[in-house]
Amino acid sequence: MALVELKHLTKHFEVRPGLVDRTLRNKPSRYIKAVERLNIDVQENEILGIAGESGCGKSTTCMMIAGLLPPTSGEIRYRGQNLGTADAAALKMHRRNVQMIFQDPYESLNPRFRIADIVAEGPRALKLWPESEISERVIAMLAGVGLNPGKYAERFPHELSGGERQRVGIASAMVMEPEMIIADEPLSMLDVSIRAGILDLFRELQDQRGFSSVYVSHDLSILGNVADRLMIMYLGQAMEVGPVEQVIRSPQHPYTRALIGAVAIPDPRVKRPIPKISGDISRPIDPPPGCRFAPRCPYADDSCGHTFLELDTSDPGRHQAACHRLHVLPDEGL
Amino acid sequence: MSDTINIAEPVLEVKDLGVRYETSQGMVHAVSGVTFDVGKNEVFGIAGESGCGKSTLIRALLRLLPDNADSTADRMRYLGMDLFAMSDADFREKILWQEISLVPQSAMNSLNPVYRVGDQVIEAIRAHRSISKVEAAERVAELFDVVGLQSDLMQSFPHEFSGGMRQRAMIAMSLALDPGLIVMDEPTTGLDVLVQERILRRIREIRAEISSSIILITHDIAVIAELSDRIAIMYGGQFMEQASAIELFDNPSHPYTLGLKNAFPSIQNLGNELISIPGSPPTISGPISCCPFEPRCPFHIEQCAISLPQPLDCGNGHEVRCFRGDEAEQLRPLAADKNTWRSLN
Repeated sequence: MALVELKHLTKHFEVRPGLVDRTLRNKPSRYIKAVERLNIDVQENEILGIAGESGCGKSTTCMMIAGLLPPTSGEIRYRGQNLGTADAAALKMHRRNVQMIFQDPYESLNPRFRIADIVAEGPRALKLWPESEISERVIAMLAGVGLNPGKYAERFPHELSGGERQRVGIASAMVMEPEMIIADEPLSMLDVSIRAGILDLFRELQDQRGFSSVYVSHDLSILGNVADRLMIMYLGQAMEVGPVEQVIRSPQHPYTRALIGAVAIPDPRVKRPIPKISGDISRPIDPPPGCRFAPRCPYADDSCGHTFLELDTSDPGRHQAACHRLHVLPDEGL
Repeated sequence: MSDTINIAEPVLEVKDLGVRYETSQGMVHAVSGVTFDVGKNEVFGIAGESGCGKSTLIRALLRLLPDNADSTADRMRYLGMDLFAMSDADFREKILWQEISLVPQSAMNSLNPVYRVGDQVIEAIRAHRSISKVEAAERVAELFDVVGLQSDLMQSFPHEFSGGMRQRAMIAMSLALDPGLIVMDEPTTGLDVLVQERILRRIREIRAEISSSIILITHDIAVIAELSDRIAIMYGGQFMEQASAIELFDNPSHPYTLGLKNAFPSIQNLGNELISIPGSPPTISGPISCCPFEPRCPFHIEQCAISLPQPLDCGNGHEVRCFRGDEAEQLRPLAADKNTWRSLN
């Protein structure tokens, strides 16, 4: 059984017009449709990568899975239980079971807490263990993420480098013994030479503890390295999902093809073909009902503007793309 | 790679540039012993991680250093003109923007939010050239066309632009006075993949059209590989290695370059295991007396901690600042092994 199942998950944010427009001109509210009927199943022990450009809804999705943002419609099931109807005790358990690692290690640590207190904050807030046990676990956890407790426990965040801070962020998440880690661009603020070390740590902990993870990034090179399965999102809709190697090596959806073709390659001999898509990404304010990539898609026809395909993600081995026009696309490239 | 690069006739010559900051914690040697030439129509890439001194280097070049900084150089010449001998007023009037222009880091936030984008570029042109507003506006329309913005967008305010459009507007501004050298500081950092791709392609097209040289500064090895003719790898305020792009990727010789190559993921080699460089980048305070990479280097020898290696010429314009630069052939296979780097911890 999947650990987390999202069913037709939708999040709309209301944009209310100003007081004058609303009362005198009777202007209706508009809606930013951040996430639209999204289906995701995350299996136990699986790392699901989500990639997409800014505004594609990846962070909103993370917030909803973590229970920090209620969905507009659709449901989130955790071990089969619907979060929307869960009682307070179950939600408390959910907050322990699902932990987040944040993007910016410079902003996400309280500057006035010592490192040991930062890591201990979660267990203390949920009163998971007696204080003496919390201290022991914090010390062990710091050692587990490669920070010598004798050296780091009493320090403040400003005394640490970016890589060390991100290790603290990981320790704070792991000390809760979560079943699920949501990592939202955890490497993007770090230098190249230390990224691989954090990535190693993440994988090592995953081997030891067997948590599931949703790993969000705009960097397909990193996702290709860490994720088991990859989902590509565009303006709130899932475009393609499948085993990571298949999605990257043989992308199906026109958007995925463009995205993967656009990734810069660290080899001066490689010349990439020019992606054949036009225009800029827009904002999902009152978008048309169909595929949101259709206005930029060189292969779109009328049908694309009216309906879009929902992906079925229950089988982790299945590679599928939400495109009506797959039959007219060329075999490779775009 | 362009055929018209002429390294014998450099646009910019820099020899032994050093920049020190005086801080409450003492002298910080942000840049030291940096020597390079930029050829005509060449893209010279400088790659390095945060704090390596790459931004200080271009600030020294453009005279944008803060008051507590002090720069020295044996030589700094633009088309034969001695930049160091020039007064600040002369430099601003004759060189800055006219000859050497800058696309600043986070160009996204470098536009004034309350002026129309077109007017800002017009103003930049009219500050240096005595031409009418109408003529300047025509020039801006041309520039917008070069960077792929429609000319009616001149009437827009910056908030109406996306990140990629703002970046293109800044590139248009840097081209405004036909400079001979454009310095681009992290031109695609913070942009989405598809937008980055378009900016890179646009820079390549502009380069084919105009004869300017470009200094490209970034931490992104992939971006630098896509655009540069020659590349310098910077660490701890020094150039560790410089060579043509192809030579650097085929025959990397400095242990730091080898480490970076291991650590950088490529979408083309999904199976490759990434290997990090243990430790963290140095804080460069006090005089520099040894190799700054020594504490993180798996191949360091006794000498590395005692004295500073001088650049070693490997031929074909390939220079390595390493005592073991001539052993690169033997070090390369060792550097590809994860255990080599692990043994340091």
